[in-house]
Amino acid sequence: MTKFTFPESIKSRPIYGTLEAREGSAHLLVADAHGAEALLEVATPEMMAKAHIMYIPKGEDFEAKLRALKPASFYSGPSYAAAEPRLLKTLEDARMGLQVYLAGTEGLMGQAMNAAMAAGIPYTAIQTEHRGSVARRMQCVHCKGITEDVETDPFVCSHCGLNLFVRDHYSRRLAAYQGVCIDAEDPGNVPEPKGIYE
Amino acid sequence: MTIQFNDESFRDDYSFYNSERAIKRFPFPFHEDSYMYSVNMEQHRGGPKDSVYEKRFDVDEHYVSEMRDRALVLADDPLRCQSLPHMTLAGWDLLELIMVSKSEDYPDLFELHRDGNTWRWINKPLGIDDTFTFLDEATLPYGPMEYITRQAQGDFAVLDQRDDNLWMDAGMVTTQADWSLDFDIGMNFFEWHAPVPLAHEKGIFVRALKFLLNIQQGAPARRLNWTMTVNPLLDTSPENYHKWGIQKTTLTPENIGAKQHLRVELQTFFRLPRSNALVFPIRCYLCSFQDLMTVPKWGRRLHRVVRDLPVELATYKGFIANRPMMLDYLENFDDGLPTSPGIWPDLETEPPLKT
Ligand code: HEM
Repeated sequence: MTKFTFPESIKSRPIYGTLEAREGSAHLLVADAHGAEALLEVATPEMMAKAHIMYIPKGEDFEAKLRALKPASFYSGPSYAAAEPRLLKTLEDARMGLQVYLAGTEGLMGQAMNAAMAAGIPYTAIQTEHRGSVARRMQCVHCKGITEDVETDPFVCSHCGLNLFVRDHYSRRLAAYQGVCIDAEDPGNVPEPKGIYE
Repeated sequence: MTIQFNDESFRDDYSFYNSERAIKRFPFPFHEDSYMYSVNMEQHRGGPKDSVYEKRFDVDEHYVSEMRDRALVLADDPLRCQSLPHMTLAGWDLLELIMVSKSEDYPDLFELHRDGNTWRWINKPLGIDDTFTFLDEATLPYGPMEYITRQAQGDFAVLDQRDDNLWMDAGMVTTQADWSLDFDIGMNFFEWHAPVPLAHEKGIFVRALKFLLNIQQGAPARRLNWTMTVNPLLDTSPENYHKWGIQKTTLTPENIGAKQHLRVELQTFFRLPRSNALVFPIRCYLCSFQDLMTVPKWGRRLHRVVRDLPVELATYKGFIANRPMMLDYLENFDDGLPTSPGIWPDLETEPPLKT
């Protein structure tokens, strides 16, 4: 089960769709972990002939299947940060008519979306589909440090060590949700962490 | 009239205080005995003499000390003042609006002398006398928005208008009711309001945005908003919440009258001429419960409003835990008599508290 139906939420929270194959002069597909499943579903031989797939496995075993799609160019890398220079170069070199497909975790999609928008890709040419982990990319509002792949609420800021609760307030600019000190009014009273949607 | 500026602090020893004049002109935000969110906007075309509505940008006894507090906040955290690259022109628009308004409305305190693009700005309370070239950033010590908002009380959000929406693309935010400019910058009207309870469902933000998009140059608007703050702390930022949050737990029945403050924001909206941006000054006024209680009408009304406020609002505004203690205090100032409509103190006509 790698599709998750997000509950109704506040208006800053992004909404994701379902990838569909579109006409394009070229296709850039970026995914992490279970996002590979969405790429496997959307890929067509015609698309793959003009496709560049960038994949961050995060321990999942989809690489062979993605390679078997025979995209014109394939990359697998250890993290978004490692993949970013290649992604930026690809976006910079993009011609009119590029279609962008993003799939996987919110953190990956949010960051790749920003990179694409900054490169001037029209947002009507960018699609997203959430798959796999519902972990969040969190900004600590106090120290401003980002903690990737946060699975529990509350959690400990990986930079300043404060106990933070996970808000639904989301910044597209930062591609992150906001984390706020949970025990400011009662120091040391930190509830047992639970999964974010539990 | 000349203003006596207080020498006071909004942190540490909290020497902040309101003079009798400041209490009388405090913008009490409740026009009736209950409160709910609404599209409470009206034209900003002056108001009763000496009220906070009279001038375009109210300057009061707290001016000099508030500007000192702002400088301290910025020295600690420069991210409280940000402007996306396309907002520089709007910054000049804002600088012009404030300099022109203040020099016309308070000629004894501020002077603006313009000779073409060469401008001389004199700010007597802060001891500033600068000459610069309008629209040339290199001639000011800061960007135009930062320069002028270091000399103007209240926070400022500067909104770019495009795609039938407003975008928070610049701001100076050091006296905020617990929201982060650094987090919200770049968001649109619905996104930055996302955390507010109940108002989206009531259609308030859709109607409010429509109103704002149509604001014309020279026809500013205003509204009041409010929350509660323990101690006269201006910088109730989320950034520093892990430091100030604990102060909410220091209230006792003995100190609540002095420590608990009603925090009111006079929010105004001005269209800017060159950039077509909208500027949203958020001016914060603080008044302790005990000072508010010197106005019988406000004593009666504040008790009723706090008592009947929906739980969602008291929670969002961060005083749900302290509400019972507030009510124990406030009920002593509510004798059950009716109150006159409107926000003004009506000291001559409202009866004193029955004991
Ligand atoms: C364009 C100018 C405006 C800006 C920049 C602005 C900004 C904000 C921000 C940053 C918050 C805090 C949200 C949070 O919790 O993070 C807020 C709250 C709120 N805003 Fe606005 N706002 C604007 C105009 C308006 C207007 C015209 C209305 C009219 C109804 C309105 C109604 C509210 C309400 C009801 C709240 C909740 C306040 C509380 O309960 O303390 N805002 N606003």
